[in-house]
Amino acid sequence: MTTVTGTSAPALRREAATPVTRGRAAVLPTTALVLGALYCLVPTLWILVAATKSRTRLFSTDTYVPSLDLGLVHNVRDLSGYQGGIFWRWMLNSFFYATVGGVLASLVSAATGYALAKYAFRGRTLLFNTILAGVLLPQIVLAVPQYLLLSKAGLTDSRFGVLLPQLFNPYGIYLCRIYARAAVPDSLLEAGRIDGAGEARLFVSVGLRLMGPGLVTVFLLQFIAIWNNFLLPYVMLTSDDKFPLTVGLYSLLRHGAAEASLYSLVITGTLLSVLPVIALFLSLQRFWRIDLVTGALK
Amino acid sequence: MAATTVRARGTSRFPYLLVLPAVLLFAGFVAAPGGYALVLSFQRRKVNGGLLGGGTHTVFAGLANYRDVLGDSALWSGVVRMLALGAITVPGTVLLALLFAVLLDLEGARLRRPARLARLTIFLPYAVPGVIASLMWGFLYLPATSPIGGDHVDFFGRVAVYFSVGNVVVWGAVGFNMIVIHTALRALPPELHESARLDGASEWQIVLRIKVPLVMPAVVMCTLFSVLAALQVFNEPNTLKPLSNALSSTWVPLMDIYDEAFGNSDIHSAAATSVVLAAAALAVSFATARLVQSRIPQEAE
Repeated sequence: MTTVTGTSAPALRREAATPVTRGRAAVLPTTALVLGALYCLVPTLWILVAATKSRTRLFSTDTYVPSLDLGLVHNVRDLSGYQGGIFWRWMLNSFFYATVGGVLASLVSAATGYALAKYAFRGRTLLFNTILAGVLLPQIVLAVPQYLLLSKAGLTDSRFGVLLPQLFNPYGIYLCRIYARAAVPDSLLEAGRIDGAGEARLFVSVGLRLMGPGLVTVFLLQFIAIWNNFLLPYVMLTSDDKFPLTVGLYSLLRHGAAEASLYSLVITGTLLSVLPVIALFLSLQRFWRIDLVTGALK
Repeated sequence: MAATTVRARGTSRFPYLLVLPAVLLFAGFVAAPGGYALVLSFQRRKVNGGLLGGGTHTVFAGLANYRDVLGDSALWSGVVRMLALGAITVPGTVLLALLFAVLLDLEGARLRRPARLARLTIFLPYAVPGVIASLMWGFLYLPATSPIGGDHVDFFGRVAVYFSVGNVVVWGAVGFNMIVIHTALRALPPELHESARLDGASEWQIVLRIKVPLVMPAVVMCTLFSVLAALQVFNEPNTLKPLSNALSSTWVPLMDIYDEAFGNSDIHSAAATSVVLAAAALAVSFATARLVQSRIPQEAE
């Protein structure tokens, strides 16, 4: 018996070599990837379950089982009622900071990257090296010094104090320089100049247009960086009606440490703050080319 | 001829106009705060003695603040904890990202549905703020609400707390790094591994001997990003702090700076610590970028 299988197996294997190895090779990686995806989903799924529980049940019922008694509706209502609906204010603030900051930072990056790529001017090398150093300097380390300076200028606890420091994005400038180099041909600019187009017009109608897909990437990177930012708004802001979600929910958690009933509000707020950005992400997936974040252009 | 000169003059002013916003922002929000922190770090507040009483004034302190900062045991413990945490998060993030990227690459050029969904799902935590991620994981760790056995395992134990905090960091960072490495893998010319396959190399040999060495620049870039993130870690331990006594208010250096500036209202000490941390961070990231052939200097030429 053993001899029979022993002789026939290699023959079989040789015959079906490619499909078998391919098939086996594909199952294992897929399983591992699905496990990785589960690891990434677990906290979100749990928060979804926890948000369905009323505050009295949160600590008493089985943690895996969702409540089916409209707990989620009550929780959302409680959260919306908390301090006159301040949670939705935080949500709006986060969108405001991230959208306005993202758009302006992308424009600043585009202009700078385009200039660095397309013009020879004095100080170009110095500027570029400074920006490279800026990429390497952790921005967060600057938050406290920025606060100290802005408090001197009376700009703390204002939306400008949160917005302005985030408009300078060295990595965005670095990427825009790569995009401008690769996507905007010099010959096209020359042709435009011969036709009498001004430099500003060339930048807007040739440069910005051709850098488009790269700019969407720079915008989304900065949108998420601002959306995720905590320390800067945390040090800058004192009035809670200007808080973004991150600072708002953190302050809620801090109160929750003294008053456990707030925990269900924190959990519901966490769920509600994760959902829109995931939706935004999925809907923009078509426009944003993930591979551009590395500056890879092919 | 005259026309060219005029145009040249117009041209020569335009690039300065383009870079002006960035230069102003850099001056206002990087150089100026840095300079101001430097000035503050050499000063110190002194309580007025005598009849007036109560008031304070600022005096030049030389290097006294720096001496205090470098002699501050709380800061050094924070540095040690930051290093311990980084020893978990940097390899954890980079190796997991590399593993997932290689697995995606094994799936072939056209990803099938499960693999595509997995890629997206692993990437999604990138869009979840560290504070929110810490809240989610925090409730998973908390004994009262934990579905993963928080009532049996102490997730905030003396050693466990590093893995608990590190897990939140890795969870948020793996996806982005996976994409960076996967993009690099996809950019490799297919002829390379096709000839290796003809020579009888197995899929894993091709991965380990050919592909991974070729995407080293991307891996190095991910390592650099992870080291930078490790140096400025703040959100995760700071958010988990209200849930557990295991995390002190000076747990990592950035929390220490925050505590000095706002807890003790000692802006001079906070400024000196900020300067030291920024300088150390810059030195480490420059060294990392230099040490291994990074793509940043390569493209700077």
